[in-house]
Amino acid sequence: MNNPQPPIAAAQSGHRPRLSLGPITYYWPKEQVDAFYAMVAEAPVDIVYLGETICSKRNQVRHEDWLAIAERLTEHGKEVVLSTLTLLEAESELKRLRTICEQTQFMVEANDMGAVHLLASRPFAIGPSVNCYNDRTLGVLAKQGLKRWALPVELTRETLEQMQRAKPADVETEVMAYGRLPLAYSARCFTARHKHLPKDDCRDVCMEYPDGLVVNTQDDQQFLVLNGIQTQSAHTVNLLAELPAMRALGVDILRISPQSQQMDQVIELFHQALSDAVDPAEASSQLNALMPVGPCDGYWHGEAGMVATVA
Amino acid sequence: MELVCPAGNLPALKAAVDNGANAVYIGFRDDTNARHFAGLNFAPNKMVEGIRYARGKGVRVFIALNTYPRPDGFGRFEQAVDKAAELGVDALIAADIGVLDYASRTHPALNLHLSVQGSATNYEALRFYHEHFGIRRAVLPRVLSISQVKHVIDQSPVDIEVFAFGSLCVMVEGRCILSSYATGRSPNTYGACSPASHVEWIETDAGLDTRLGGVLIQRHPKGENVGYPTLCKGTFNTDGQIDHAIEDPVSLNAMELLPEMKAAGVKAVKIEGRQRSPVYVAQVTKIWREALDSFERNPSSFAPKPEWTAALGKVSEGAQTTLGPYHRPWQ
Repeated sequence: MNNPQPPIAAAQSGHRPRLSLGPITYYWPKEQVDAFYAMVAEAPVDIVYLGETICSKRNQVRHEDWLAIAERLTEHGKEVVLSTLTLLEAESELKRLRTICEQTQFMVEANDMGAVHLLASRPFAIGPSVNCYNDRTLGVLAKQGLKRWALPVELTRETLEQMQRAKPADVETEVMAYGRLPLAYSARCFTARHKHLPKDDCRDVCMEYPDGLVVNTQDDQQFLVLNGIQTQSAHTVNLLAELPAMRALGVDILRISPQSQQMDQVIELFHQALSDAVDPAEASSQLNALMPVGPCDGYWHGEAGMVATVA
Repeated sequence: MELVCPAGNLPALKAAVDNGANAVYIGFRDDTNARHFAGLNFAPNKMVEGIRYARGKGVRVFIALNTYPRPDGFGRFEQAVDKAAELGVDALIAADIGVLDYASRTHPALNLHLSVQGSATNYEALRFYHEHFGIRRAVLPRVLSISQVKHVIDQSPVDIEVFAFGSLCVMVEGRCILSSYATGRSPNTYGACSPASHVEWIETDAGLDTRLGGVLIQRHPKGENVGYPTLCKGTFNTDGQIDHAIEDPVSLNAMELLPEMKAAGVKAVKIEGRQRSPVYVAQVTKIWREALDSFERNPSSFAPKPEWTAALGKVSEGAQTTLGPYHRPWQ
């Protein structure tokens, strides 16, 4: 670019991004969900996204239950955002979406343009599955009331920098810094398909896999994870070592995506790095031991997403 | 119903026009469209020639500009939109909100279609694109059942085009980055899935391995038919079960659903395959023209002729066809 570059508004020494916890992407029994959020209530996260974003058949936790969890977390000082379903096909799904979009107690994270439409002229956030690849798109959505956007996970640090220089000043930027990457969505349920069950009669099989079902290559490389209609990476993205770069870029929020085990330790390591109690690179290498398979960070560096540049 | 056919180059465009397409869709020769392959697509002078040829025979031309620009690439997309407007195309097929916004503001008369890459699977999403950018048609992702398609159409503010034949994305288009996870390049960012530059074919004692970005996608015994290695159709080991964990290597043929599509209110049926040869385009267009004409003449007794089905089966990926998402058991 030949033009002189505008400064990044929020970037300054001492800029401290907040920590968020994304929605649970797996299907856990209600007791496990309740126990998880009891832990979260006491944990050092600032923002919590709540709701079912993958499959409308997952009904262990209902809308009223999510609201009850939301209220408890609010009492514990958390900012709560309600997340919406990513793939909307049936009218029943739109009906539930409307229920979420019509309440005004909590901000809503739209994960589909249908939700963006329903949230017109109200403050809202967009999750990483809404394709926001340039500042022009951000500008259009900001006029609709967008307050916060999440960097699509396949975009690079370099693109984030371009976005940060050009984005509307009052829109916050969130980056998924930890978790298995969301890679694809389908009408098909791959977990049910693996079990030779029709989607209509899936018998909640995805509940057998609290961190999804790992797909290996034929030469035994752990590669993908089947999570109902969603496909995730087997490896966990870890960008904690990039915290200094994110501070410099004025990133407002780092997002952790839930896993079933050791979540409290993951949150604690992020918290310590964010509050300068521990070196981010040191905390990052400790995180690697807490992952179901192992780390990756290729997208951030402009490489294949599965690449791990930091061992 | 309109028959919309693919053209990866001028000979393919002529093949589509000569064999009965009502419209053809084409792309510029770069990463601004979702079939960005070496040697494919149109330089501007060829576009002019193609549009003149199609117009001369009453066939409409759409330009696909359906990838997602990053900030540093946005200028090229603006130029491409300007060029499409200057060429007087019948529609611009776009996915990115920024691109649609630019096109609708700068060229209000330009007819806009929402690309399948826009991932709009419900009418609330279609209302967004219609209200903000005045789109007049949308192409639905290949994930809805025929009854869901009908429901969308009943509530949709715009005409609906659906895929009827060709390679089948099992994932919601515009929301699949499996390719970039293994290679760094995806349909959204680069305009190609499983880019050829990242494919390796490795002969082994047992047969042939295909790798994408170094990841083993297929292990073919000697003599087995070898398909192109897209990740979603690879063979993997899941819990000791070695199979196509995501999708079998089949392609879509929804011809028998023509009556249901018509009843649902589908305005156009789309043939996939800008990356395929002019011969393929000619064959497939000719058969689909016959089928549509036969259906229009006698809607109540329509059934695909066995010779059509056989001929289409021969040119299909994996040589097997499916009704895909349109049909209930798939879901």
